[in-house]
Amino acid sequence: MTVYLDHAATTPILSEAAAAMTAQLSSVGNANSLHASGRAARRVVEESRETVARALGCRPGEVVFTSGGTEADNLALKGLFWSRRAADPARTRVLTTSVEHHAVLDPLDWLGEEEDAGIELIAVDHLGRLDLDAFRAAVDASPETVALVSVMWANNEVGTIQPIAEVVEIAHAYGIPVHTDAVQAVGQVPVDFAASGVDAMTVTGHKIGGPYGVGALLVRREVQLTALLHGGGQERDVRSGTIDAPAIAGFAAACELAVKYQPELAVRLAALRDELVAGVQAAAPDAAYNGDPVSDVLHRLPGNAHLTFPGCEGDSLLMLLDARGIECSTGSACNAGVAQPSHVLLAMGCDDEQARASLRFSLGHTSTEADVQALLAAISPVVERARAAGSISRPAGS
Amino acid sequence: MKVLAAMSGGVDSAVAAARAAEAGHDVTGIHLALSRNPKSYRTGARGCCTIEDSNDARRAADLIGIPFYVWDMSERFHEDVVEDFLAEYAGGRTPNPCLRCNEKIKFAAVLDRGLALGFDAVVTGHYAQLRTGTDGLIEMHRAVDMGKDQSYVLGVLTQEQLAHSLFPLGDTAKPEIRAEAERRGLQVAAKPDSHDICFISDGDTGGWLGEKLDSSGPNAVLSSGPIVDGESGEVLGEHEGSWRFTIGQRKGLRIGTPAADGKPRFVLDIEPVSGTVTVGPREALAVSGLTCIRPLWCGTAPTVPTECTVQLRAHGEEHRAVVIPSETGFDVTLLDPASGIAPGQACVIYDGSRVVGSGTIAATSR
Repeated sequence: MTVYLDHAATTPILSEAAAAMTAQLSSVGNANSLHASGRAARRVVEESRETVARALGCRPGEVVFTSGGTEADNLALKGLFWSRRAADPARTRVLTTSVEHHAVLDPLDWLGEEEDAGIELIAVDHLGRLDLDAFRAAVDASPETVALVSVMWANNEVGTIQPIAEVVEIAHAYGIPVHTDAVQAVGQVPVDFAASGVDAMTVTGHKIGGPYGVGALLVRREVQLTALLHGGGQERDVRSGTIDAPAIAGFAAACELAVKYQPELAVRLAALRDELVAGVQAAAPDAAYNGDPVSDVLHRLPGNAHLTFPGCEGDSLLMLLDARGIECSTGSACNAGVAQPSHVLLAMGCDDEQARASLRFSLGHTSTEADVQALLAAISPVVERARAAGSISRPAGS
Repeated sequence: MKVLAAMSGGVDSAVAAARAAEAGHDVTGIHLALSRNPKSYRTGARGCCTIEDSNDARRAADLIGIPFYVWDMSERFHEDVVEDFLAEYAGGRTPNPCLRCNEKIKFAAVLDRGLALGFDAVVTGHYAQLRTGTDGLIEMHRAVDMGKDQSYVLGVLTQEQLAHSLFPLGDTAKPEIRAEAERRGLQVAAKPDSHDICFISDGDTGGWLGEKLDSSGPNAVLSSGPIVDGESGEVLGEHEGSWRFTIGQRKGLRIGTPAADGKPRFVLDIEPVSGTVTVGPREALAVSGLTCIRPLWCGTAPTVPTECTVQLRAHGEEHRAVVIPSETGFDVTLLDPASGIAPGQACVIYDGSRVVGSGTIAATSR
């Protein structure tokens, strides 16, 4: 039996989403064709758009379907940067946090290198939350030069929820658009696009019980975006490409259910997560719980548990748990499978060694009490072994 | 046994892992990431550190049906192998990084970590044979396929390391391994063998050393120096860095004036402090004795002068010799003369097909 504790990486597809998707897979029809089959496909897409809009608090016309979170982030960041700079060449700065996902950090790096954008990574505190004073100071320093702001709704590694309302208030005082990557938040905490005040928001299917390869950028109608993909002009002419009606149908079904069941799921997951953390710390008393200890809609995702095990290598722990059928994550970026110490933990003030000694357990809609008990039954000998192996793979004294 | 299969992405380690799994061992595949910044695609000569190799290893593990992980050994590898390689060249010696990697990484850092994590042994695709001797010790012998025999680069392993090692390919010839890989459906069956130093991706060792051994840093070496005739002391020319030479080398000297006797000249000695490269005729390369340091014994160390054979370079010939234990290692009297022996290389001692031990050549006598 597999104990799956990696829902932040991807979560099992909901049967309703799989059914909605497969129902469309065998239907022919390009949503942009004018005949009956095309209209039928288009109807599925537009109904899905309305479903997503209803679930996430935006207007249907504000939903731009994409191939997922990474594309939506790229579209938001590059699209906003180019259109804002085109309107005023002085707008060359992008303000973001030091704990964003690589799908945000890397496009911004690219803009910095190729487009001379000034990328400013604003610091976070030891809980991983944006330093609002530093953010305000960065905006106030020269608001007319800020092209956009991008702050994630909730951190994928440590689950910390960012002060989006305050970020929006500070940025909007100068008319600066705000993007947020909310892929980890939807389904775990309430997310309402209009109420949040953000101008653009990234969401994705496979993190909420939908299919892979589909997501959306929610973007206010009045916000101008420069397109990344040019072609047939689909999706408001900012995202060309034949519309993937089956995936969109599955995504919409998942979105509706994820939002509908979010309140009760959050309560259930928070209780399981607290039990997991308490149990792990009972077995390994020196294990440190990272991120915000307060779990509510303003502080931490209910399904996230992130722990540091001093003296252990995260990838040793992961391998030993994997061998026992328990799946989790070291929560770090990979390059050819080589784990780099997490930039999120480093930004929170951890040193290299602490960052490497960490594991993320993330719970989701299929998580059960039995999953948590299986982990708690295994964790003691696993930590003991990993500690014995220590940092053998690294030079002494490093 | 619970064993770790070190999988490079090549055909040998893939078949070794498959054989270990088939023999009933509980096998976990690991690919060692030896560079922090692996190249996506090979440039020129083959290297071990590419993403493509990691993927090849992963696909082989999928097919064998074993778990697979990448272990980051880049920091240890850099410190223990690459830095040592540079320091040795800076000192005018010619190191063999494969022995160093086996001694410090594959059968040390990886094995130690594996043992601590609950594994019993490391299995690799090296061509060598292990068997238990009459004294109960594990003996390492040359592979059946002498063309592929890798006992030389394993000569640094101690009894403790050998007791936790498996070399499932030692009894098989390489063409059969390729055929077996094909039969098993391993995609790497036709992948070319690697020959070059894995961390020098384009195979240009001289150029790579030139970049690393520049005038700054702990391994700074003069980027030019005289080429001197060993007999007359006459300066024959200039060179562009002593690291470009190894003892016995003939090519690349670019000496303008021919030797008085018209015969080719060879590198006889490298003196890194002054950057002097000494050259002379082939006869002057002949070596009759060696001084070896850093001795490592596979089993029982000899305590008295012992007749044996020695191998002085990878895939080199065997020389009959007498090994004489010393304070710092051992001395070797060569009964069959050797030529062009470079300090820094390993002297591996054999008793028949059995590896007795090894040392690093510190000096040669003529």
